[in-house]
Amino acid sequence: MIGKIVLENLKHRPLRSLLSILLIGVPVTLILSLVGLTHGMSEDSQKRQRGIGADIVVKSSTASQAVSFSPANVPEPLVGVIEKRPHVAMALGVINQNIELPLVVTGVDLTQWKKMTGGFHYLEGHELQNDDDILLDRYVAQQRKATVGGKVNILNRDWHVAGIIDTGMLARIVVKLSELQTLIAAHNKITQIYVKADDPKNIPLIVKDLQAFLPSYSVQTMDEVLAAFRPENIPGVSQFTVVVVAIGIVIGFFVVCLSMYTAVLQRTREIGILKSLGAGKGFILGIVLTEALVMGMAGTAVGILLSFGSYALIRVFVPTMTVVIVFTWWPVALGITLLGAGLGSLYPGWNAASHDPIEALSYE
Amino acid sequence: MNSAKVIEIEGLRKVYRVGQVDVQALRGVALTVHSGEFLSIVGPSGSGKSTLFHIIGGLTPPTAGKVRIMDQDLASLTDAGRTQLRKRTVGFVFQKFNLLPNLTARDNIEVARFLGGNGKKSDPEFDEILRLLGIAQRLDHKPNALSGGEQQRVAIARAVVNHPAILLADEPTGNLDTANSTAVLELLRGLNERTGQTILMITHNTEAAAYGHSTVHMRDGQIIERT
Repeated sequence: MIGKIVLENLKHRPLRSLLSILLIGVPVTLILSLVGLTHGMSEDSQKRQRGIGADIVVKSSTASQAVSFSPANVPEPLVGVIEKRPHVAMALGVINQNIELPLVVTGVDLTQWKKMTGGFHYLEGHELQNDDDILLDRYVAQQRKATVGGKVNILNRDWHVAGIIDTGMLARIVVKLSELQTLIAAHNKITQIYVKADDPKNIPLIVKDLQAFLPSYSVQTMDEVLAAFRPENIPGVSQFTVVVVAIGIVIGFFVVCLSMYTAVLQRTREIGILKSLGAGKGFILGIVLTEALVMGMAGTAVGILLSFGSYALIRVFVPTMTVVIVFTWWPVALGITLLGAGLGSLYPGWNAASHDPIEALSYE
Repeated sequence: MNSAKVIEIEGLRKVYRVGQVDVQALRGVALTVHSGEFLSIVGPSGSGKSTLFHIIGGLTPPTAGKVRIMDQDLASLTDAGRTQLRKRTVGFVFQKFNLLPNLTARDNIEVARFLGGNGKKSDPEFDEILRLLGIAQRLDHKPNALSGGEQQRVAIARAVVNHPAILLADEPTGNLDTANSTAVLELLRGLNERTGQTILMITHNTEAAAYGHSTVHMRDGQIIERT
């Protein structure tokens, strides 16, 4: 019976119901978009690191976990030294330079690169030939509206777009290693060294050897590097997510509290009628709570639908930011919304349940 | 009518606090109502009729005095106890009908049945009452699609769906035209005669009061005459 009363109440004032549901849906969209973005960026970074085909990464011990943000302070000749260590099939030095979040320009020696990875997959154009040549992945090309043969300005310099590469391997923007070293005044310096083992079973041996040989450097397996890209391991992401979740609960609380408080005021006489029929406080509170939870569930569904729109907008306007649908967060978003809605309905619900029946019946 | 007492009131007083002022709504009311009785209560505005109804109906507690409804002492009832009283022992019919506007006539009745704990079980006696009220064809309409007379008949059906010991009708014809007023009064009398329903009816109208077996006259919070 409570369900029927709640349904009819929601239908009776459809605009109020729809606006409340929409407002509840907005923080759900924000939460799902944030989570979709952090997971998407993380998965994309891991995929591009994995696409290199290296087994071990060597970098400065002062470098950040996310290799993209590390400074170029590793001597380039170290590449040749590492290549001569036992069980090392080959080593590849690269240099990174941040330009704008999340974009990084990467300088590579294409000959070594092709030896380790088999080379980029070119969608259009060709590999780097001249010093001012640049390769863009399809998302950067789309975002910058760049075409093969055209020019792009990156790091305050005009580059000639030599080719457009498929995404999923190392970097989104690639130039010659020597050229980037000159440009950022990092002569004979690189950011990290990718190492390939002669046999995967020798990876632990190589790591042990390099850690002993290069005690002032960070030597990690690719699995350890990839773990650093998981959202929970990226500094600040978890805390930021908690803040957005808290904002979601607060918004849900206030939207439901205001909506239900208004509804209770409008239904004062009806509450009096129910009380005259023998409805107790629990029944009245149950109606308000159920209505809030139904709006919370509907708001979550609307928020999920809106998040698809949000993903589509991100893909159109910022294609370099990878966003994925994180289904496991749908029930979390529902829980967050129901918590906010439940808390928000308590005061109006208690207020309704505590109405004096005589005063409520005389309410006009 | 039989000799069983359903309402016994002695020395009933009710004081309301309005701002800084105490208002004595009832000043020592004594009243006995027997099962199956149809009692009319008349009196000018402010005479305490509605307050007496609210106390008998368990909507507000008495300030002092003895009030026994079906052998329950109302003075000792908590808020939850008075809620239980409203579920099963008394049924209300109001001047403004007071149907839930979002629900159909049928659902208005079902809410009362649900709250009374009777669920959806078959009730031939109530089906007979519905036939008597003549609203069977209008049960799937919402109140705004019903005439005043139809709304009041739905309100009567809702009030008696749980077979309460007492039906309290507060100016049941106050918002109706003459024809509908007569129809509603006839229905109340029919209900009283056919089912033995105890009815207390507040009215300003002496013709309406004549439908009862007896009439109680109130003034200034006291019963001054019973005819």
